[in-house]
Order: sequence, then C-alpha cells, then structure tokens
Amino acid sequence: MRLVKFILTCLFFYLLLKAPGFFWGKPVPASLVSMYMFFIVITVLLVMTITDEGAKKLFAPVRALVEDPSKKLIRNAVFVILPIAAAFLAYDGSGKTPPSELRATHPAPPALARAYGKTFDLTKLENPFRKIEKQDPEAFKDLVKEGGEVYFKNCFFCHGDKLDGHGHLAHALEPKPLPFTGNDTIAQLQESYVFWRILKGGPGLPREGGPSISAMPAWENELTEEEVWKVILFLYDYTGNTSRSWS
Amino acid sequence: MLTAAFAAFPLFFLLPDIFSGCFVYAAETARAFGPAPILAPGDYPKVTGVNPRMFVWMAAQMHLWFAAFVLAVPIFVLLLEIAGVIKKDKRYDKVAYEFLRVSLTAYSITAITGGLLLLGLIVFYPDLMKYLSGIFGSTMLLYALFFFVESAALYLYYYGWKSMSAGNLKWAHIGVGLLLNASGTTLMFIANAWVTFMMTPAGVDIAGVFDGNIWHAVRNHLWGPMNLHRFIANIAYGGSIVAAYAAYRFLGAKDNTEKAHYDWMGYTANLVAIGALLPLPFAGYWLTAEIYAYSQQMGITLMGGLFAWLFIIQAVLIGALFLAANYYLWCGLGRGVNGERYYKYVKYIAFVIAATFLVWFTPHTLILTPEEASSLGGQYHPLLGPLGLMPAKNIAVNIMLLFTFLSFLLYRRAYRTPTVKWAITGTAVEAALFTAAIANIIWLGVYYGYFTNSVYKVASSVPQVATTLFVIVACLVIEYFMHRKAETTELKWGSVPDRSQYALFLIAVSFTWLMGLMGFVRSAIRQHWHVYSVMRHNSPDAFTPSIAYAAKTVSVGTIIFMAIIAFIFWLSHIGQESGAGDE
Repeated sequence: MRLVKFILTCLFFYLLLKAPGFFWGKPVPASLVSMYMFFIVITVLLVMTITDEGAKKLFAPVRALVEDPSKKLIRNAVFVILPIAAAFLAYDGSGKTPPSELRATHPAPPALARAYGKTFDLTKLENPFRKIEKQDPEAFKDLVKEGGEVYFKNCFFCHGDKLDGHGHLAHALEPKPLPFTGNDTIAQLQESYVFWRILKGGPGLPREGGPSISAMPAWENELTEEEVWKVILFLYDYTGNTSRSWS
Repeated sequence: MLTAAFAAFPLFFLLPDIFSGCFVYAAETARAFGPAPILAPGDYPKVTGVNPRMFVWMAAQMHLWFAAFVLAVPIFVLLLEIAGVIKKDKRYDKVAYEFLRVSLTAYSITAITGGLLLLGLIVFYPDLMKYLSGIFGSTMLLYALFFFVESAALYLYYYGWKSMSAGNLKWAHIGVGLLLNASGTTLMFIANAWVTFMMTPAGVDIAGVFDGNIWHAVRNHLWGPMNLHRFIANIAYGGSIVAAYAAYRFLGAKDNTEKAHYDWMGYTANLVAIGALLPLPFAGYWLTAEIYAYSQQMGITLMGGLFAWLFIIQAVLIGALFLAANYYLWCGLGRGVNGERYYKYVKYIAFVIAATFLVWFTPHTLILTPEEASSLGGQYHPLLGPLGLMPAKNIAVNIMLLFTFLSFLLYRRAYRTPTVKWAITGTAVEAALFTAAIANIIWLGVYYGYFTNSVYKVASSVPQVATTLFVIVACLVIEYFMHRKAETTELKWGSVPDRSQYALFLIAVSFTWLMGLMGFVRSAIRQHWHVYSVMRHNSPDAFTPSIAYAAKTVSVGTIIFMAIIAFIFWLSHIGQESGAGDE
C-alpha cells in the first residue's frame, strides 16, 4: 500500500537522524531533526504525487477513512486519538526542559577595541609577528614556542593539552570551552578576531552573543599584548590551521 | 526610432565613462564638503502615531518588490519578443504583450511607493538625505532623467506593439524594448550606488568629508557585485511572477485551448526564471565575499552572528524553490508520450536534491537544549559542524543545480527519441560528464574548503561554478546534435495536474519572501550606522530588531505585496475579458 510505503520511508529517515544519538551519544539536535524531517516528508510526498494516479493511490486510504460509511468506527477512533496524541506531545514537549538557546558562538566583533591604553582598529589589525614567519623562520619558531609556554601556563586548563577543548576544568563549564582543532573555529576567523576574543573574554562579549555565559576571563588583565599575539601564533601552528585572510 | 534603439545599447555600456566625465567635472569644481553630521535623538522629526523606521522599511520594501517586477518584466518581454521573431511563433508575441499589459499597473504602483519612500526619508531622516544628496546630487538628477526616458520608452513599447509588428518596424520596436531595458537597468544601477555607499562608503574620509569626485563614491566596494546580483535576480523574479500569473490563469481556464496556452506560458516563464536562478547563488556568493572582505564585523554579523539564522531561512526558501522547480518538471514528464519511462529516476533525483538541500540549510551554530549541549560538549555537532560551513554549502548548491538540470534533460527527452547512431554513446558521455563534475566539485570543496586557508576557500568556488556551467553547456550541445533529427511527439500542453501549478505559486512567493528577508539582512548589517562607520544613526530606532520581529515584518510585507499582485492579475484578467487594452 502506497500510504504505508510513505510512512515507512519517512520513518526510515527519522531513525537515521536519531542514530548518532543512540549509538554515538552525539544526538542531532531536536530543532534540526524537525527541520530535516519537515523537508524529507515533503520530498517523499512530492515524489509520490507526480502523477494523478500516484496521488490518488496515496490518499485513497485517508479518503476512505473520511468518506467511507463502513469505516465509521475507525474514523471516530482516529478523531479521538489524534487530538489526544497531539495534546500529549504538546504537554510532553514543553515545561519539562529549559528552552533551547540560540547563542552566537562567534558574535561579530566591534570595529574598534580598547586595551593596553590604546585603541585597536580590528578591521585592519594584523599579527605583528606574522611577517617574521617568512623573514626569519627560526626566530618565528621561537615565538611559537614562547606562545606555547603562555598557552600551557594559562589556557590549557580549559582548552586542553591537545587544544581540543577537553581541559581539566572543561567538564565543569557550560558552555564548554571551544576546541582550536578542526576547521570550524579559529580556521574561520581572522587573527584580529582571535586577539579581540582573548583580550575581552566572556565579560567582553557583545549583547549580540547573548546569553553571554562564557567563563573565559578577559586576558587583557593578565597577559601582555605581545603574549597574546604569540599565543595566537601557537594556536594556529599547533593545530595546522591558517587564519582567514584576504591576501 | 531605430536611432533611439541603437543609441540605447552603447549607452548602457558607456555609462561608467559618462559618469566619470561628469565626476571629473564635479571634482574640478568641488566645493568644500563638510563632515557627516553628528546627530542627536532630537534631530529626528516625529509624527504622532507613525513609526519612522517601519514606515520607511515598508515603503522601501514595497518599492523594491514592484521595481524588481517592472524592471524584470520588460527584460522577460523583450526576450520573448525576440524569441517570437526568431522562431516565427506568434505565441511568444501574444504572451509578451499580455504580460507587458500586466506590468503597466505595477509600473504606476512602483512610482507611488517610490514617492512614499522619498517622502518618508525626507520627513523622518532629513539630515541623512541632506548628507547623501550633498554627495549624490548629480546622480539624482541623472536618475530623474532616466526615469523619463524609461517612461517614454515603456509607453512607446506598449502602445506601439501592434502598429510596429511587421518588417523593419518590428526590429525598431525591439530597439525600443532595448531602450526601455537599458534605461530601467541604469536607474537600478544609480540607486544601487546610493545604497551600497551607505554600506561600504568610498570617496569620503573617516569623518565623512567627501573628496569631490562622485565616481569614487559611486564605484564603492559593493556597487559591482550588487548590480550583477540584482540584475540576474530581477530576470529570475520576473520569470517567476509571469509563471505565477500563468498558473493563475491555468487554474481558472474555461477550456482546453486556454489551459494549453497558459500551461505553455507557465513552462516558458519558469524556464527563464530557473535559467536565471542558476548563476544567482554565485553572484550572491561574490557579493557576500566582498562584504566580508570590506568588514569582518559586517561579514560575521551577516553569516556567523546575529543574522546567521535568517540565512538559514534563506537557505530553506531557496531549497524549497529548487524542490518546487523540480516537482514542476517531474509533473511535466506526463506531457510527453515517453515521459513515463523517466518516472523511475525521479526518486533518485529527489533523494540527491533533498540531501543537498539539507546540507544547504544545516546551521553551523545549532539551537540546542541544555541536555544536547552537554552531550555535544559545545555549540557544534562533530558530524554536522563541517556541513555548516560555506564549502559544504557550495558543494551542495552546485550538485543541486546539476540535478535540477538533469530533471530538465529528462523532461526534454520525454517527447523526443534520438535517431542518431551514437545516441547511447552520447548519453554515456553525458553521464560521465555528470560523474566527473560531481567528483570535481566535491574534491574542490573538501580539499580547498577545509584544508587550505580562506583565500583558496573563496577562490575554489570559481572552478566549482565553472564545472557546473561547463557540464550544463556541454550537455546542451550534445543534446542539440543528438536530437536534431529525433523522432518527436507532440507535447500535450494543458495535461499536467493542477498540483504542478501550485509549485509555480510557491516559486513566486519564495522569491518575494527571499528578497524581503535578504534585503533586510543586507541593510541591517550596518547596525547603528546610517552610513557605515561614517554617519551614526542616533534616533530611538537605532537598534537591531530581533530575528522574529524582522521575519514577521517581512512576512506581512510579502502577504501585502502578493495580495496586490493577485489584484493586478485579476484586473488584467477582467480587462482582457472586456477587451480593454487590446487595441
């Protein structure tokens, strides 16, 4: 029966989306599952209705349920069960868990940032040590090493010794510290952005990034400007990432 | 007439030179320009009961929609008129004329909403207007001039349609159409200069003091990308509205002849719309890359920060649009005798399009419950995180385009059977081209997108697009030679199910909604600036509305616009029934 085929196809994709949560402990967020399923159901529906005959077969059982006098009992049962099921789902899905959060992990930085008694123009700011990478590779290695020392004295407690966000203190924090490995955090950012983010930490997050619940300290109070630039060199060097740039 | 027509085309391309000529003169006679004014909340006039921003927002939005419509329709009409002359098929001429008549009403509404917008800007933002007109005064006069040229050309084009329908006069008429389009597009380019200047100001210093050379201000960072993006988008939009009109008439058709006519009209219009849609993502990508390159702050606000979720809505609408376009083609397989043999492939095409669609709208920063956030250990999903980045989107959109093109190829084969000996080989070559292209697109996207720096990442989108376009062109060439002497059967126009017509409505509504949403996002990334980083917005409305508020406002605007469009369709219908306008 075409309707059963339709339901089974949709169910198959639903279970596929639930699999990472069941088997791996990394669930696809419910908000995303809803969005995915909405379009999967629509696509399956479209494929099954490209001809009049197909559409007729698909909806025949529904039509029969509504119109066929001999199905009165089933019809009434369905009309009672459906609203109760909807009410249960609405009840079950609300009130038990805190609402989902839409938090921008990387909110837009300001154009200007003030620290160390001066103003930095973030649109043009570049890492002053970056040019040494080509000019004097040996000296650059030393700078990276110094950056590494800064990292292991200050940052690794949360961000981890492998820079993967799994430091000693990470499990106690919510949201968790970001990993620098992978290609979807610092690889997506300009060095000036990372500089601003380190300087200002959680307290300096703009309202746009709200809820501003990052536990990261504002490192401008602890580290010198040079130390911050050096640790940035280390972050990119260790992870093999390159920063976003336009030249 | 011919002189005017031929004069129009070079004018279009010489415009930058004409501009620079005026601007050099302006620079030579430059007066001392002052800095951008620093405004206080009291500098913004108030009118009781009117929200200034909402007034300007809605007026601008309505004006833009109607302007896009009246700019798009003449492009579309001209293409149809030329196609009619080349193919010697009167149907094209009939449809073109029918639609030009529809656009006449929209033309006057465009002028009215434009007037409202100007009024709102002058009443509520006088200092901003004073500052902008101090820089762009000469282009505003040029705008008025081209407005008159466009109006004159439009009336001549419409009222001269029947009297200039044969021989050389027909070509002269096409020339007038060209003049109409050239002047309309020039109008858009001029207005684009003002809008893009507000986002990426040029020719001014940090205090907003203008250097006196208006060409510098016009040719700002985003002017080129915006011109290209809007030009292509207008063609797609015009096609979609024409297709929606055809669907409206198809559903209300009284007999099979009428039904067949509007089925054909809807198909042709949709073909133009989707044809123009194909390069649109790439023009949009260029525009976005330029925004990012100009300002990291605007770029992140746009795609990674506050407005990232509006981009997800955009992706959803674009995906819906592709899905609808494909559905329309799949339903159309039934028009051809051989269509049935391709039904079995539809589910595979649908699978790929749906899968790429899901990748296309997968967000990078997820909406998570605290439990989910805890399980994932952060805001990103280890599996889905990479799908939230642009390289994945580029792969997805290119494959989506290729498979939409595949639907089109199957549709074209539904009524033709090749007779050449190499038909099987030709099909195999096409299949090989598709396979190689997909492999290349994925490799380029994965390698350059995830394992090199951002310069290569952005640059890799160019060979991806080139691959897609190459396959489309190559397959069209193969198809042309393969089907030159093919056995053809007549297409059963009017035989498609009514359901397919709702796909055409969906495409038009999606386009409209998209334009509203993305227009808001583009404008709103200036945040609290009238002119980004130069002239600060200090009225009480200088806050960024929430995503929900913006989405509701744009949605209400979309409903109002579509209601007016439906009214225009109805007016045209009753006008045609009573014979009015057919003189």
